[in-house]
This record gives sequence, C-alpha cells and structure tokens, in this order.
Amino acid sequence: MSDSPAMSDSIDDEFAAHALTQDSGDHRWAFGTGFTDALEGVDTTLPAGVDGAALGAYCLMLGDDALIYSHRLQQWMTRAPELEEETALGNIALDLLGQARMLLARAGRADGTDRDEDALAFFRDDKDFRNVRLVERADADFAELIARLLVFSTWRLAQFDRLTTSKDPVLAAIAAKGVKELTYHRDYAARWVMRLGDGTELSHRRMQAAMDNLWPLVDELFHTQQTESALPGVAVQAETLRAEVDVVLDTVLATATLNRPAAAPLACVRGRYGRDGLHTEAFGYILAELQSVARAHPDATW
Amino acid sequence: MVMPTVSARSIAEQVPDPELPMVSLADLGILRDVQQQGDAVTVTITPTYSGCPAMREISHDLRHRLRQAGFADVRVRTELSPPWSSDWITDVGRAKLEAAGIAPPHPAGSRPPGPIPLSLGRSQHPVACPRCRSVRTVETSRFSGTACKSLYRCQDCREPFEYVKEI
Repeated sequence: MSDSPAMSDSIDDEFAAHALTQDSGDHRWAFGTGFTDALEGVDTTLPAGVDGAALGAYCLMLGDDALIYSHRLQQWMTRAPELEEETALGNIALDLLGQARMLLARAGRADGTDRDEDALAFFRDDKDFRNVRLVERADADFAELIARLLVFSTWRLAQFDRLTTSKDPVLAAIAAKGVKELTYHRDYAARWVMRLGDGTELSHRRMQAAMDNLWPLVDELFHTQQTESALPGVAVQAETLRAEVDVVLDTVLATATLNRPAAAPLACVRGRYGRDGLHTEAFGYILAELQSVARAHPDATW
Repeated sequence: MVMPTVSARSIAEQVPDPELPMVSLADLGILRDVQQQGDAVTVTITPTYSGCPAMREISHDLRHRLRQAGFADVRVRTELSPPWSSDWITDVGRAKLEAAGIAPPHPAGSRPPGPIPLSLGRSQHPVACPRCRSVRTVETSRFSGTACKSLYRCQDCREPFEYVKEI
C-alpha cells in the first residue's frame, strides 16, 4: 500500500476493520442466515376492535403469496437469459421474501398461536397454505415469467397501496415499504412485456401465448374472502382491486400490441380455491423443495 | 464497572453499512434513534428494503461496538414506519458514495394522488457518471448487486457504474 492509499484501499481497510470487530466469526459466512424475528422491536399490539384470528389469517394469505412466488423467482437463478435479468429477478425475489417474512411474523403473533416465520413457512402442510394458485406453477419460458410478474406485481401493488391506510399499523407499515418495491417490480415487468410483445414476430407470438396461458389463473385474484370482509378498515376486499388492475394491464397490453386474453377462469374444486387451501399439482413440488431440509433437520442451527 | 465515556449516538453513527462500507448508518439515514440511559442504550434502525439481508449484520455490529464501549445493556429495534427513503441519505453520505464510484440518488419526491403511475420509458433525470461526469449514460438494469442500486454504463468513458435508486 502507498502512503496515500487509493480509495479502493481505504474501502478494503474498512472491510477488514469491520470484519475484525465481530464477536464471533460464525455468523459472517453469509448474511441473514440466522433465524431472527423479522419484526424485532416492532410494536405488534393488536389495535382495539381488530379480530386477531382474522388478521392472522389475512397476513398469512399475503405472506404466502409472496413466499411461494419468491421461491418460483429464485428458481430462475443461474437460468436467466442475461446477468442483468438474473440480478433483477434475484432482487425482486428478495424483496418478496422480505415482505413474506414480516407478514408471516405478523400472522403468527396476531392469531395468538405464537408461531414464528419458520414454523409457518417450513412446517405447514399444503392445505394450510393460503396463497392464490397464480403463484404456484413453474414458468416454461421467459415470456411466462414476465407475464406472471406483470400480473402479480400490478395486483399486489394495487392491494398494498390500499393497505397503507390499514387500521393495523404493522400491516400499514409493511405495505408502505412494499409499495416502493412493487412499483419497481411492475415497471420492470411492463417494460419487458412491451419489448417482447412489440418486438419480433416470434417474441410477439410467445408473449401472447404466455398471457393466454396465464389468464385462467387471474380471475381468482379478485375473489373477496370472508377473512377480508371480517376486517373492515384493516383488509382490502379483493374484488375492489379489479378496476385498477384492469386499467394497468390493458394499458400495457395495448402498448405491447397484445390482445387481452379471453380464457375462462380455472375451475375450483367444490367451491375451494388457493385461498381455501386447494392448490395445483405444481404446489406439492414447491413445498417439497422449500421444506425438505428444514423438516429433515428440524433442530439444525447454523 | 466502567461507565461509557463516549455517547452511544456517536458510536452508532459511525458503524459502517455492511453492503456499502464507505458510508455509515447515519450517512444512509437508516439509524433512526439512539436512546441512552446510563449504560443502557436502545438503537432504532430501519431497513432500506423489506428483504434487506444486512439488517442482522447491522444489528450485530451495533451491539458489539456499543458493548465494547462499555454499554452493558444494548437493544436494537426495527422501525418500519415511515419507510426509508433515499432522500434520507445525508449530503456527506452522498459525497462518500460518489467518491467511491456510486452515483447518489435523485430526489424521490412525493407521488401524485391517485393510482401509482406506470413508468414505461427511460428515467427523465440524467445520471452523471461518477468517474468522468458525463451525463451520456444509459441504464443497463434497474437492479444491481444490492436491492438499493441500479446499473448504468457511461457512453463516454465506457465504464459501468452503480446508481442508488430513488425510493
């Protein structure tokens, strides 16, 4: 090193000094691998008049949507067409995982069961997951990835934007953070839909096919749940999101020279949908991958 | 029993961010509050993004440095609201980022009422290259090595660089 260190040297020094001040080297091998509470120090007292069980069930829905979809996005790591896209997808998945952690932590506290985020993510069976079926299937290609990301982020952004005024201050705070993130996610997806839809004949055809394939899963996003109705002022009734989501999707589709698909909604089974614990075949494979290590070594620490 | 001789705030303020070690927690605006009573201290921090993986590391660092300075009882709490904004990065923090080759963010401003508008075009604000100052730069990705940055390339000096996104 020279007498007047270059900038990169001073950064290295800072890194080194930082590393040396650690009380134990164990936690340094990777960030965030410890099981800490995502809501550490946040006041999680239930607001007066809010039904804790219903609030827990509602946070579970929102948390499960993000958890499962984040997992699907993570499966694109090392498979994305370019490094820039992989970085984007990794960051989007990370934002959603962060939202999921806080929502699951809120759920386990609000419903009185005191289950932490890990108990909820790793030790529930498929019928106890409350995510919509849209987040379950694997993407067959990049167009399918982008189609679902557009629909999911448009819908979730509209939902979270309403939740910023929720009577539950924790949910409102989680939503306010999420809105900023989801705005970037939606813009990213919308730009890709435009590029592919209004691109070559081949990219247009595949983008349209991806939208057509996705469409049967979209209707379910707007089914109002009893849980939502049981939480006036706290939760958002899903059906009220449809107009706003439609405007955005129609704008993007028109700009991308794509047709709005007309496919019929995917049927339910005896009145049950994803939110009721009824899931598609793909869901079992996700849970197996997500949960198998935690279940094989339930007491493991690292 | 040795009582701390330095204020808890001055110690907490100097803790570097694990992912952007050229700036401190205070520079980034993620240090929200420090309450000191005798040798007990409560530090409040806020995450930049929901999934920020550095929060645990930051919490460890704060605890460790404050204990070393003589604070026996250190608590680190998270505060989610109001959500972090890149507008909270101090002028000193912005200068440090730029000196390290990372372009500091434009003002995030406040959003107009009504639904959040789609942004389908390029950013309207040019981002100056932190190396050669040219504004002939292009965004190559809205996302980069960490959630809080995007990736740019300078068309004059041809170097890639990162830009802290406005949120």
